[in-house]
Amino acid sequence: MKSSKFLALAGLAGLTVALSVAVNAKPVTYVLPDETAAFKPGPNLETVQGNCGACHSADYIATQPQGPAFKKAFWEAEVTKMIKVYGAPIDEADVPKIVDYLVQTY
Amino acid sequence: MIDRRALLKQSSAVMAALGTAAVFDPLRAFADTVTLPFGNGERPMVKYPQKRLMIGMTSRPPQLETPFSVFNDGVITPNDAFFVRYHLAGIPLEIDPDTFRVEVKGKVDKPLKLSLAELKAMPSVEIVAVNQCSGNSRGFFEPRVAGGQLGNGAMGNARWKGVTLKAVLDRAGVQKDARQVTFGGLDGPIVDKTPDFVKALDIDQARNGEVMLAYSMNGHDLPFLNGFPLRLVVPGYYGTYWVKHLNEITVIDSVFDGFWMKGAYRIPDNDCNCTEPGTPPKTTIPIGRLTVRSFITSLADGAKVAAGQPITLKGIAFDGGTGIKEVAVSTDDGKSWTPAKLGQDLGKYSFREWQLPVTLAAGPHELQVRATSNGGQTQPMKPLWNPAGYLRNVVETTRVTAA
Repeated sequence: MKSSKFLALAGLAGLTVALSVAVNAKPVTYVLPDETAAFKPGPNLETVQGNCGACHSADYIATQPQGPAFKKAFWEAEVTKMIKVYGAPIDEADVPKIVDYLVQTY
Repeated sequence: MIDRRALLKQSSAVMAALGTAAVFDPLRAFADTVTLPFGNGERPMVKYPQKRLMIGMTSRPPQLETPFSVFNDGVITPNDAFFVRYHLAGIPLEIDPDTFRVEVKGKVDKPLKLSLAELKAMPSVEIVAVNQCSGNSRGFFEPRVAGGQLGNGAMGNARWKGVTLKAVLDRAGVQKDARQVTFGGLDGPIVDKTPDFVKALDIDQARNGEVMLAYSMNGHDLPFLNGFPLRLVVPGYYGTYWVKHLNEITVIDSVFDGFWMKGAYRIPDNDCNCTEPGTPPKTTIPIGRLTVRSFITSLADGAKVAAGQPITLKGIAFDGGTGIKEVAVSTDDGKSWTPAKLGQDLGKYSFREWQLPVTLAAGPHELQVRATSNGGQTQPMKPLWNPAGYLRNVVETTRVTAA
């Protein structure tokens, strides 16, 4: 269950690198480090950033197994899972663009 | 092993970008990289508040793996080295421990909203227990599978203090038709359609007196990323049930059918909980107890040791709650096994240290370690496979050279 006070994006931490948990002050706050993982350059990069990047950082993709067994079928299954299982609001027309990017880039 | 063949190296690009001063900045986010011993295994070493340098798997939501060398320092995993695993990016970044409440509702006579002060006023219990991610060691699966590509560091052993779930449920008065209890935390999805992270236990397990609402870990408040201010502790069970930032306990009269029980964290429903590598299971059940595992922690893969003189091997073993009966070591490709001496017993849910002096002749050796639980379970010599990459517990092999 979501708290009424939560920040969705780690990126909002911005350049605040004062990474300490307030011990005396209440409430207790936590400042995440800046998100440094980025989507590698590739075709349809903006589509990927806008869709995939809305819910998770690029390293979710970059750390997956690579090689011939992890190309089109693998990435199609992953994108389909994001839509059908996790409810990602991805336009049908964007799906092949995202898959193309993933196949060519990772 | 994570650090065995791990190659620590300076990330020159980062250093160049940050300048010399960054080297002395303990708060820098990225320091080094580490390469886990499987394909595409390079990871940044990252620094988060309340954590030492950890292996960074993902940043949003954060997932941090414990460097394997930590497990050689002692059987209790320090809070600042304990692994972090979130599912959904809506993580709380501000929690007021004074106004925090955990709600107990559903099929209960008296719904409750308990503060931390109220919980701490109840009789406390302590237990030392291993929390291990279901997908710990997934990166070693062959064939590889999708998911978090973890080495062996998504596990840890801590002394948890809190109140039993049983005491809390008794206070609320569980109704007769109760079948399961569900657990939710402050973390949640970014998109409304993403299933919120909710887990369930059968009512009997929920009331077994061991499942705990923990507010303390190794004598301190829980680290923020480990579920501050309250998390569920389910001794013997995989970490997926150890709901963090626990604020919602619901007693239900049915079997919970939410995604994180019915659609994820499921294992093949057969004796080995495994399938022929690369094939799907016919039927599945929710993951449950930890499989028995053991590791050598005192030597990294590729280590050089002195030939012809005794060296003491050291490591850890654990299982899903029967306790460790025996740990045996082979230095001859599994032809013979020598029982190790077990260390202090911190309880059946804890890491158990083991030690064994061995003398190795000059040359290469493969050291293997195999634990057997009091329940009679032992580790397989060949890895068992399942499509989700859970339950890994193959006999580990550490390659060393004596000279």
